[in-house]
Amino acid sequence: MSKEQELSEIMDEFANAKKNASIFVKNASENGDIVIGSFCQYAPMEIINAPGFYNVLLCGFNYDPPIPLAETELPANLCPLIKSSYGNILGKTCPFAFYSDIIVGETTCDGKKKMYEMLGKLKDMHVIHLPNVPDKERSLSSWQAELELFKDALEKRFNVTITDEDLRKSIHTLNIERSQTARMYELGKYDPPAMTGLQMRSVLTAEYFMLDKKNKIEKTERMLQIMEENWKEGKGPYKKDEHPVRILVSGAGLDGVIDKTIKTIEDLGAAIVCYEGCCGILNMRRPIDESDPDPMHAIADKYLEVPCAVMSPNTRRFEQFMDTVKEWNVDGVISITVHACDPFDIESKKLEDICEENEVPFLHVRTDYAPGDEGQLRTRIEAFIEMLENR
Amino acid sequence: MYYLGIDMGSTSTKVIVLNENKEIHYKKVVPTGWNCLDTANGILEELKNNGIERDDFKCVATGYGRISVPYMDKTITEISCHGKGACYLFNEKNFTVIDIGGQDTKVIEIENGAVKNFNMNDKCSAGTGKFLEIMANTLGVDINSLCELARSSKNHISISSMCTVFAESEVVSLIGRGTSKEDIAYGVVDSITNKVRGQMGKITGTNNVVRLTGGLCEIPFILDSLSEKLGTEVKSDPLGRYAGALGASLFACNIK
Repeated sequence: MSKEQELSEIMDEFANAKKNASIFVKNASENGDIVIGSFCQYAPMEIINAPGFYNVLLCGFNYDPPIPLAETELPANLCPLIKSSYGNILGKTCPFAFYSDIIVGETTCDGKKKMYEMLGKLKDMHVIHLPNVPDKERSLSSWQAELELFKDALEKRFNVTITDEDLRKSIHTLNIERSQTARMYELGKYDPPAMTGLQMRSVLTAEYFMLDKKNKIEKTERMLQIMEENWKEGKGPYKKDEHPVRILVSGAGLDGVIDKTIKTIEDLGAAIVCYEGCCGILNMRRPIDESDPDPMHAIADKYLEVPCAVMSPNTRRFEQFMDTVKEWNVDGVISITVHACDPFDIESKKLEDICEENEVPFLHVRTDYAPGDEGQLRTRIEAFIEMLENR
Repeated sequence: MYYLGIDMGSTSTKVIVLNENKEIHYKKVVPTGWNCLDTANGILEELKNNGIERDDFKCVATGYGRISVPYMDKTITEISCHGKGACYLFNEKNFTVIDIGGQDTKVIEIENGAVKNFNMNDKCSAGTGKFLEIMANTLGVDINSLCELARSSKNHISISSMCTVFAESEVVSLIGRGTSKEDIAYGVVDSITNKVRGQMGKITGTNNVVRLTGGLCEIPFILDSLSEKLGTEVKSDPLGRYAGALGASLFACNIK
């Protein structure tokens, strides 16, 4: 098989990961395997995977049918991710929730917290309560205790023992995955980039849906290798003498608005070189400390670093933001937030201030899963790119 | 060779043709109507009647209907075009352009003749020409008369609803309460210029040279109200509504 063909097959597998995962999960569940549904990266996958359980993502990314259905119970003026997730479970249009033995909720905002209380009537739930302050001295011990509670709950519910050895193994595996993601972002540093932002998105989504981790890690390794070689041979996604404007995309809930934001940015000729914010680069750069004698401590220590806007103050995010802009040689920042995601929307202003101080062009777009604003978004994005190209 | 700029907005389409010396050879405003393609073809027909054939010009299209002009050589957003056109029109290099359009209100910060930053209103029509149009209809007057009525208001009231639909019911209940037409008209204009001031606040440029373009720039009371809100004299130009089309035609000059 040629390298081009191999890469295209791997990328197809990533792109189809979610579709294929529903069959995988169905078979696994019928096989008696345990499936855990969760919503965000605060659900410690290391603990879930340690006893061999599968973790699936339950975040809704579509508008119709889940959102109109969810709005029969939830306020319309709520974040679309919460409505879509709830509506998909309520209407049984999410196979992953259907096959989940238990759903793990992480209290990443008030809207989600309250939605979990309603979800508890539909499915077995375990809610992990996050600390408010991401400061290790103030929050680490209580956060570790919260994760211990989660581990105990899994052990009791499924009658298993999660040993330190199990945890160490899953930490090791997921550290590999984490470092691969960081290496993937490195491909965006190249000039021209060795990977497009849309391709990155597809790999990021696959992280939650390629449940055979060994396969996922092998395929990612091969992808990174081929992309790097291709770039050296001038066969990357951009021609050698092409220098598209370099965009850093920041924000949360992006998977529900990929076509009208991410895809539009790249269709208009710009290159997304890195992502920042929810599921962005920041959290991928440091692995979990494998030398820590207490693996639960190591996990808690790492997860407290997730730079989520729900944390206050979210100092880590802002401290590292300009480093990312400089390291990836970014021409402009586009912050994308979804309707009613107040934490990220408000933090966007802080990013804007940092950008202004450093003379980095900045655009904030607010959108929703609902269609209708494609034209206006496109005009804003297009004007921003024209502005960058003229600098 | 001629250079054609077409600014196809949500309400009206503005056309500018420049000659080789970058002088305005032809200009026209037509209603955009419901079919952008028909409007675009009508313009082509009109140009032919004026002796300009397709091979005689380069064309840049802008505005929300920019992709519906089948014979354009290039599309450029209205932000860049308004910036370019305003620089030419006002002979300024460092200033802020406000464009109040039919469905969008844009604030564009220009530095050294190039767009440095911009801001557009959200999806809804608050603070746009559409808002003014609907309120004028509710009061049974045209936009120009509404603005003149506003000038003679004795008791300044404010309309608190941002949403056009809610604001309309607010206006209807003001009419019901016997509030004078002049005062309601003042409230309507005040609502728009307040919204524009809010948008200006998001653009942090330090210069206080402000110019208004777009369909409302010919209305003196809008300029007065904006000047008062922004604390600086907001000026316009008789060709202000052509700024986008003019910018597009100037960009067309660069097409090889």
